[in-house]
Amino acid sequence: MRRKITLAFLILAAFLLQTTVFQYFQIASVTPNLLLILTSAFGLMRGKKEGLMVGFFSGLMIDLFYGSLFGFYALLYMYIGYLNGFFCKVFYDDDIKVHIVLVAASDLVYSLLMYVLQFLLRVRLHFFDYLAHIILPEMVYTVVLSILLYRLLFIINRKLTENEMEGQQSPWLRR
Amino acid sequence: MNKKKKFQLKSKHLLFIMTFLCLSGILGSAADKMPVTPIREAAGFVIIPFQNGINQIGAYLTDCLTGFQNVKKLSAEKEELEQKVTDLTEENNQLVQEQQELQRLQELYQLDQSYSEYEKVAAQVISKDPGNWYDTFVINKGSNDGIQKDMNVIADGGLVGLVEEVSSNSATVRSIIDDSSSVSAMTASTSDTCIVSGDLRLISDGKLAFSQLNTTDTVAEGEKIVTSNISDKYLRGILIGYVSEITEDSNHLTKKGYIIPVVDFQHIQEVLVIKELKQQGGE
Repeated sequence: MRRKITLAFLILAAFLLQTTVFQYFQIASVTPNLLLILTSAFGLMRGKKEGLMVGFFSGLMIDLFYGSLFGFYALLYMYIGYLNGFFCKVFYDDDIKVHIVLVAASDLVYSLLMYVLQFLLRVRLHFFDYLAHIILPEMVYTVVLSILLYRLLFIINRKLTENEMEGQQSPWLRR
Repeated sequence: MNKKKKFQLKSKHLLFIMTFLCLSGILGSAADKMPVTPIREAAGFVIIPFQNGINQIGAYLTDCLTGFQNVKKLSAEKEELEQKVTDLTEENNQLVQEQQELQRLQELYQLDQSYSEYEKVAAQVISKDPGNWYDTFVINKGSNDGIQKDMNVIADGGLVGLVEEVSSNSATVRSIIDDSSSVSAMTASTSDTCIVSGDLRLISDGKLAFSQLNTTDTVAEGEKIVTSNISDKYLRGILIGYVSEITEDSNHLTKKGYIIPVVDFQHIQEVLVIKELKQQGGE
């Protein structure tokens, strides 16, 4: 229960920051994708199911306010979270490398899908322009931010896990 | 082991169910069958106050920052401005006379419906699209303040965009630099129509593209582009921007080029919504 509340709070905070505060911190007219960092991190740290749920609700937030097709972003983020969940098996305590690679890959996949589904279908063919102007800058910015945020998310996750462990007394979590 | 297997199976099922849910949502909203507005309204009820608050703090902080930077500039500017005031008073006297003349002529031409006369509502931008692919933003006025879908939004005396969705206390505006928006426009002096469309690749340069300018006249750089009278959503004569570059298409009939908009889209904070719809407007 505590985990659900914390996650809801994190998603809400990420959405609010991304739509308000980070619009002031645009670099090369891109904003970092906080919700994607959150989705990817929890997919990695907690597995497919949680990645899926975090992704779904992150996407839902965007859908509620900005999407024209209700459910599009939810679907996209959900699959990203789910796919990140496959890497839960290789997740070590504070190995940041996997996380960075995953966030970069997720953002790339997300951007490519956005391009193909929303722009290519409207016959916007200059892929390399979009790659240079939007996709790569967003990826770099998001990755940099994810490095900064990773420790915070990691600590939050550990606190939550410890808390659950006390409740359930399940020994498998203590490595 | 047993437990783990069960868990995986479950996540697969969950994925399946959720995918179905999302797809039905997408199809439903694409076919206009699903009532999305009430859901959005409810969500807005929770989120909008937060965004309002954060935004006020943000605006306050940027105010402080810019205020600090500006102190030095101000004294230099002040002298400049004093000089200007004297110039302008002189100019103003002339203009007042011309204004009267203009009024007379406008009455003659029945062009009295300049957009400065429409009833407007001031609103604040409280949040922007979280992604980088589209350029939409939310303002803090909604149907409670009389805002309706397809109303025109202006700022700094220029066109900003179109109200796309309205809930009771907020509205989503799609700006004209958004990649999916296009405006029917015309040159101010010769009334040659063209299409002004947003282009994602030009956003960072702060430009708009225009195309299909069908004209035999020479259109110079710096020509005013305003919304045209044949547009079905945009009111006539709202300033969009100035031509910065113009080239002839390979068919030698139409021209295309770039426009520098009058609105600073990177730093929009306050906008005016014109409370008049094109469809019911006019005489």
